[in-house]
Amino acid sequence: MAIRKIKEFAIEKLILICGLASIFFVVLIFLFLAKEGLSVFKTVTPFNFLFGKSWYPISEPAQLGILPLIYGSLLVTFGAAIISIPIGVACAVYIAEIAPTKIKEILKAGIELLAAIPSVVLGFIGMVTLVPWVKTTFNLPTGLTALSGSIILAFMAMPTIVSIAEDALYSVPKSYKEGAFALGATHWQTIYRVLLPAASSGIVAAVMLGIGRVIGETMAVMMITGNAAVIPQSILVPVRTLTATIAAEMGEAVVGSEHYFALFAVGIVLFIISFIINVTADIFLHKRH
Amino acid sequence: MRNTRRSQKIAFFFLFLATLLIVIPVGLIVVIIFQKGLPAINWQFLSDMPRQGMRAGGIYPAIIGTLYLVLGAIVFALPIGLLAAIYLSEYAKDNLLNRIIKLAIVNLSGVPSVVYGLFGLALFVVFLKFGASILSGSLTLGIMILPIIITTSREALESVPQSFREVSLSLGASKWQTIRHIVLPNAIPGVLTGTILGLGRAAGETAPILFTVAAFYLPQLPKSIFDQAMALPYHLYVISTQVPNVDEKVRYGTALVLLTLVLFMNLVAIIIRYNFRKKKKW
Repeated sequence: MAIRKIKEFAIEKLILICGLASIFFVVLIFLFLAKEGLSVFKTVTPFNFLFGKSWYPISEPAQLGILPLIYGSLLVTFGAAIISIPIGVACAVYIAEIAPTKIKEILKAGIELLAAIPSVVLGFIGMVTLVPWVKTTFNLPTGLTALSGSIILAFMAMPTIVSIAEDALYSVPKSYKEGAFALGATHWQTIYRVLLPAASSGIVAAVMLGIGRVIGETMAVMMITGNAAVIPQSILVPVRTLTATIAAEMGEAVVGSEHYFALFAVGIVLFIISFIINVTADIFLHKRH
Repeated sequence: MRNTRRSQKIAFFFLFLATLLIVIPVGLIVVIIFQKGLPAINWQFLSDMPRQGMRAGGIYPAIIGTLYLVLGAIVFALPIGLLAAIYLSEYAKDNLLNRIIKLAIVNLSGVPSVVYGLFGLALFVVFLKFGASILSGSLTLGIMILPIIITTSREALESVPQSFREVSLSLGASKWQTIRHIVLPNAIPGVLTGTILGLGRAAGETAPILFTVAAFYLPQLPKSIFDQAMALPYHLYVISTQVPNVDEKVRYGTALVLLTLVLFMNLVAIIIRYNFRKKKKW
């Protein structure tokens, strides 16, 4: 009896420790990014790091301004958002409200399939199909552009947007819809006058999480945006994002060098952006309860 | 009246169009990869070492490397994730701590994959001196899939009816006995679904393994968990962007093997979930 009590006590403590593990890992990630990344501010001020216009990490002396990378990320994300938000929300409305049950199941499976495709496979497909298409359509010297990246990233954001927006639409109380119907509204009037406003905070969260996914995406972006670390003048030129910079350059950076520290500092920037997006989206998600 | 009917028709047509805009490209992607990749697939491709600077031969070490990594990730993440889910569903009270844990999980699932790569490099490769190895890569991937496992397991545990627990407790079972013998067995299909989805995610991710384990070209099998290894997603990245003049067939073949592996795992997860919902007794 006593032994069993001790055993259960131990197990329950272990469960508590594992329950706290996610907090532990979030803190650990931040600490290790900070430990390596903050050293860069010995050589460059935080202001010059964030707003410096040139990124030449291996020239002598190194120029470590990440503004072109921030612009690159923003441009690609902005393009992806413009494509994926209307299509994603419309698809969520179609699945939640209009599609017959059988078709609904097929569509949902299709969306899950898209979410499951590894980003490197999407990047590869983008390289062999989309990039040549962009090149010939817009008559460009190269198809590796911000636009190509935006299109592929839009497809990576859509599953997130569709599934969360769909949940938000489902969680609108049935009585709202019945009330609108009883007042003589058509199905479409009910959708855009009643359901969409009622689900709006969930849809905002869906859009934010979709955008979060886009900003953090690495491989597909690195494969199809051309990786030119200059401030882009249009969406039809090569750009380099924050994520792609880390992925492409960390392999060559010497551990403990300025370049190495700078890449970790870029990681801190990404971590903070994703932290803000996720916390805000979480607040929106819990607003409706 | 006729006007509102017509605007409804037009609106629904556009909603349908938007849906097609997502579904058709997805179908096309899968069809293209299968069509162009299948001719490359044969026993030699799956079981041979890469040759001529990865332009010929097979992808065997990349397949094996990915299997090791995925296995290592799950060995690390499943126990922690399952126990964390038990804590959240059975023990946690609705207080600030619980809220912080949930927020941490949300954040963990939102951290960009390349940041996991940085973290793995700083902690496992450099600080703990594991070097670029299967161990470092597995642990990095394990932490990355932790939120998936916690969230799905927790949903599975919470869907077990409260009355099951009450009956067990009223028969004199302790809390842990109730969890171990009543709640867990009824939640296993859900836990399994989450685990397999986590496996699929770990198998397809590239950025977290870039600096923690992945070898550019290593035509031999890893001998221990402290060895570097090739991995399928990184191999696909390498032969599509870093190595010139690779036969297109080899690229599509590699993409096909990776896609099949990931989709197969997702399919298994969907089937388990479907059967479980059908058989559910409550």
